[in-house]
Amino acid sequence: MAEENIITINGNELVFEPGETILEVARRNSIDIPTLCYLKGATPTGACRVCVVEVKEAKTLLTACTTPATTGMVVKTESKPVVEARKEIIELLLSSGNHNCAVRDSDNKDWTQFQLGVQEYDNSKELCPVWGDCRLQELAYRYQVTGKKFPGTKTKYPMETVNPMIVRDFSRCIHCGRCVQACNEIQVNNAISFGYRGADTKIVAAGDRPLVESDCVFCGECIQACPVGALVEKDARYKVRPWETQKVRTTCSYCGVGCQLELHVKDNQVVKVTGFDVPPNNGSLCVKGRFGYNFINHPDRLTKPLIKKNGEFKEASWDEALNLVASTLTTIKEKNSGDAIGVLTSARVTNEENYIANKFTRSVLKTNNIDHCARL
Amino acid sequence: MAGLAAAFGSGAMTNTIADIEKADVILVAGSNTTENHPVLSAFVKRAVSFKGTKLIVADPRRIKLTTFADKWLRPNLGTDVAWINGLMHVIIKENLYDSKFIEERTENFEELKKTLEKYTPDYVESITGIPAGEIIEAARLYAGAEKGSILYCMGITQHTTGTDNVKSLANLAMLCGNLGIEGGGVNPLRGQNNVQGACDMGGLPNVYSGYQPVTDPEIRKKMETAWGVDGLPEKPGLVVTDMIPKAHSGDIKALYIIGENPLVSDPDLSHVETSFKHLDFLVVQDIFLTETAQMADVVLPSTCFAEKDGTFSNTERRVQRVRKAIDPPGEAWADWKIICEVSTRMGYEMNYESAEAIMEEIASVTPSYAGITYDRIEKEGIHWPCPTPDHPGTPVLHIGKFTRGLGHFHAIDYMPPAELADDEYPLYLTTGRLLYQYHTGTMTMKSDGLNEKAPKCYVEISPQDAKRFDLKDGSPVKVASRRGEITADVKVSEMAVDGTIFIPFHYAQAAANRLTNAKLDPIAKIPEYKVCAVKISKAA
Repeated sequence: MAEENIITINGNELVFEPGETILEVARRNSIDIPTLCYLKGATPTGACRVCVVEVKEAKTLLTACTTPATTGMVVKTESKPVVEARKEIIELLLSSGNHNCAVRDSDNKDWTQFQLGVQEYDNSKELCPVWGDCRLQELAYRYQVTGKKFPGTKTKYPMETVNPMIVRDFSRCIHCGRCVQACNEIQVNNAISFGYRGADTKIVAAGDRPLVESDCVFCGECIQACPVGALVEKDARYKVRPWETQKVRTTCSYCGVGCQLELHVKDNQVVKVTGFDVPPNNGSLCVKGRFGYNFINHPDRLTKPLIKKNGEFKEASWDEALNLVASTLTTIKEKNSGDAIGVLTSARVTNEENYIANKFTRSVLKTNNIDHCARL
Repeated sequence: MAGLAAAFGSGAMTNTIADIEKADVILVAGSNTTENHPVLSAFVKRAVSFKGTKLIVADPRRIKLTTFADKWLRPNLGTDVAWINGLMHVIIKENLYDSKFIEERTENFEELKKTLEKYTPDYVESITGIPAGEIIEAARLYAGAEKGSILYCMGITQHTTGTDNVKSLANLAMLCGNLGIEGGGVNPLRGQNNVQGACDMGGLPNVYSGYQPVTDPEIRKKMETAWGVDGLPEKPGLVVTDMIPKAHSGDIKALYIIGENPLVSDPDLSHVETSFKHLDFLVVQDIFLTETAQMADVVLPSTCFAEKDGTFSNTERRVQRVRKAIDPPGEAWADWKIICEVSTRMGYEMNYESAEAIMEEIASVTPSYAGITYDRIEKEGIHWPCPTPDHPGTPVLHIGKFTRGLGHFHAIDYMPPAELADDEYPLYLTTGRLLYQYHTGTMTMKSDGLNEKAPKCYVEISPQDAKRFDLKDGSPVKVASRRGEITADVKVSEMAVDGTIFIPFHYAQAAANRLTNAKLDPIAKIPEYKVCAVKISKAA
């Protein structure tokens, strides 16, 4: 049985499951085939053609993301024709739009003029906001190509900045369709789609209106899916460069789904949040998880213990505050009983903290009066 | 959760989130999933859109999920037992139930059957307003599934009959043999990041961690030995909704509140405020000076999730790591450290090197967490029960056998909500959350983006009711109940059903909970947030 399901990739004989694509078999076996438009969990489209591979006896190069593995298939993933094809694809993508990451180069050798134009569009003197965190830039570097081979094309559409969370920069969109798939096939919010045709192609919401006037719920799945700088968090744009941040994986603190996410930290501040690709959320987040982090570093955070004296709060030392709490609770417990004290622990704090609250209430206060807001 | 515990022996989601996509039919009851559990709702939407799963939604409001539904049941507020009984009546009458499952794995079926006799589709229509034909079709759809999943939320539990509602859903699932299988189950969606964990860890008046009863002498002895103390109290303590009245009457002298804001989240707020004023001593541990903290005698600054290590247990019983990413502001301390310090100063020394050390103690006294260590959940969380270090965890509960042995059918009759509309208060009010805000807004209202999308309170009303009371979209109105009144702007919306208004409860300035009824479910002690009678008039 198993012998029938064997494919050869770069000389390695590999077993595949019926229905698996060349890309899936390769990735499962740590063979790297580059992709741009391929989005895990969505229907492969083969739109960008970056994943083309050479298949023995096939007339043309085939896209690995859409071609099912078949018995006896012999595949080369980095042969000369493959590399040449990929180079041309990347060069074409680089030549359209504002890819001012310096690998763009310039068709008329006038980098300065190009860069000035982009800066005006961006309203910034910096290079592309996702410089260093861009799949297209990575591929250009990997295949050592620039955008000078083809004449550059101008951006047709202005940037959309009218919503508070997502910047849509059409000048950097490569029409890979990942955002459309993320919205329609992963989150199923059905807010965006391909609009217009050919050279006029644009990702549109609600018949080409701003996101705020569409069904968009600002989950940001599209930002996370965007391989380039076409969709960027408004708050993080130009303020956060990937090499300046440290990523810490943790669990979201809003609803009970428990999405796994990464907090991007810069100078002891959380500056961006992204979903992490493990269960239960497999990389997805909602608007609160992705954009609701400003409370963390908010100036209104409590920073010192407070004791109310004559109706007004006064800052106190921990010793003072803790001694007051301990002595007052002791007095009430001795004068009345532990049952005159109630503890509300929290559905917001950790298991460890709830356990400690449970232990303290029962063994120190000597009451079982402990509950939390599960009922509310 | 009391309802599920009574039926199955365990009060938690029976299945996993990933399981939702394996169901043939999903019944979503009293859950505005796309707004309250957005990422989980994507599992439902994907199943329906791409996997041929059928969806039944039961909700009075035209929530987003109704646009994905094959069947939308729109019951009158507080009539859940009636429509669920109606479905079961049809399933039994048409012989669509799983008799093998009932015989082998359940008890008390005959009692249920007797009670269901009178719940004919016509009778159910007269109570719920759902057309009899719809009841029949929904019953056939759910019973026809090989794997049927039920998801529910506060729309089911926040009623005086909340426990009955949950037991009824449990009945329905057992009737069709939908338990102990992948893609099936009865699944309560927990609204807060660690509600599950707070329950698991003994943040309840009647049980220690792992639901070990305080009334069991052997368990008490075990905890006394583990903790090195004597005389642990024997009788269950007070639930939150009983503590407040006891504070009012003076029986409770002091409250110690950790990270909660009852002065926005509790029902009948005006009463809660007076109760708090009667306290001798109020301690609040929080990250902001919330409405509740402002009333405190002592406020202790604590750390938020980004500033500490630990674990949360999600709605599917998965224990997951929380990791410190930044240093806390000023002198804020982790909540566990604060409590340990108070404890030590009261003569019982509590000293832990780290959150991980606490988890080691949790595992040693909590059978369902016995196999959980930080090492094991480093990459991916584990579903409890996880009784030993080599146990893989339990994604699906009740396979082969219920936690309590046999699944118990509860024969339940419909009872109307505690407060009915009348001439003076002619409308019903139901409350809930919005996508862009969270609970009392302490956290979400600090993000400009979220505030721009959901800036202030509003009163959602159907176009017909708006006409009836001569109200214009966007104009200010006064909404009053027997307990209080608030002012907010009208939002005329097709989402609302005639006769019922909806108000989000996030906003302290126009707190919906000034209006809500504090009447409790007698078992779960959950207030009836989802139904009360109100009147509406133009604000001056």
